Amino acid sequence: MKFSILINEGPYQHQASDTAYKFIEAALEAGHEIFRVFFYHDGVNNSTRYTVPPQDDRNIQVRWSELAEKHDMDLVVCIAAAQRRGILDENEAKRQGKDGDNIAPGFRISGLGQLIEAGIQADRLVTFGD
Amino acid sequence: MSDVKKFLYVNRKQPYGTIYALESLEVVLIGAAFEQDVSLAFVDDGVYQLTKGQDPSGIGMKNFSPTYTALGDYDINKIYVEKESLEARGLTIDDLQHLTWEDEDEDWAEKDSIRVVSASEMAEIMDQQDVVLSF
Amino acid sequence: MAILHTVNKSPFERDALESCLKHALAGSSVLLFEDGVAAAVDGTAYADQIKGAMENVSLFVLGEDLKARGLGEHKLIDGITVVDYKGFVELAAKNDSVQSWL
Repeated sequence: MKFSILINEGPYQHQASDTAYKFIEAALEAGHEIFRVFFYHDGVNNSTRYTVPPQDDRNIQVRWSELAEKHDMDLVVCIAAAQRRGILDENEAKRQGKDGDNIAPGFRISGLGQLIEAGIQADRLVTFGD
Repeated sequence: MSDVKKFLYVNRKQPYGTIYALESLEVVLIGAAFEQDVSLAFVDDGVYQLTKGQDPSGIGMKNFSPTYTALGDYDINKIYVEKESLEARGLTIDDLQHLTWEDEDEDWAEKDSIRVVSASEMAEIMDQQDVVLSF
Repeated sequence: MAILHTVNKSPFERDALESCLKHALAGSSVLLFEDGVAAAVDGTAYADQIKGAMENVSLFVLGEDLKARGLGEHKLIDGITVVDYKGFVELAAKNDSVQSWL
């Protein structure tokens, strides 16, 4: 079965990104496919590489980046939500005249159409939010 | 070409207090281009999103409520508002914007997009959906 | 269709559970997780409402979230099924679609 995942909240503030991660792990273990993970609203904050969480706690951003690499998973950050909240990749930073970018490896910034497509192409869409 | 799926956008929160109302509307507008079978549900505090005469200038925010009137132009005309949610909040359909669409199959006759439904009717509508987006 | 409804907020904080139960048709499933697990405990102000709902819908609760909050399975309403993340995935796959009540 193909799952698409929608994550509406940022790391640490809400349990959403933790639960989504555990759900994805379990889905993969059961042999399912993750079509796309889409980050919207404050969920885009999962994708900044500048977080420095305490050493003895889980590193949510690194966890996502590793998941993306290990499983070639499509982690998409909504461009409109990202712009509002200051998540930029190199292209966006140049385009917007900002002095740096902050997106973590494994994430890509794209449009809301990717969320709709994720709903169309997957068998199930599961939302994790507040 | 993929099959057409029934998409339902569920709105249960007030506008302005959080960003969910605005950002979910943005999904609806972008999603319109994908020609799926789209419905919007306004339940619980979500009904406040459709009130007429919104003026957020005093709170320093942009009034995005006029955008709802564009939904008809995007072929989004199944807007379900829950009756019990309105009543519990002392609201009636007269407190809401008058949203319309033009039916090209009936000589572009203007029709109402908002359908006030009971909770049990809303439950049936929800049960029929392929993809439910909650914000 | 058989829907999996999910509720992740506490009924003491948010009306998500109440709204979910008002809209979940007979034969559907409701999964309580994250803060939503508070509703699974017997003897709460919501217990009677939930027991009533259970005549029509199947109730599930995520065990890991109960444990996190120090809530033992012995405290749960009779008839609620405890699942793990694997079970969460199975519920999502087995039902026709998933509706999240936030």
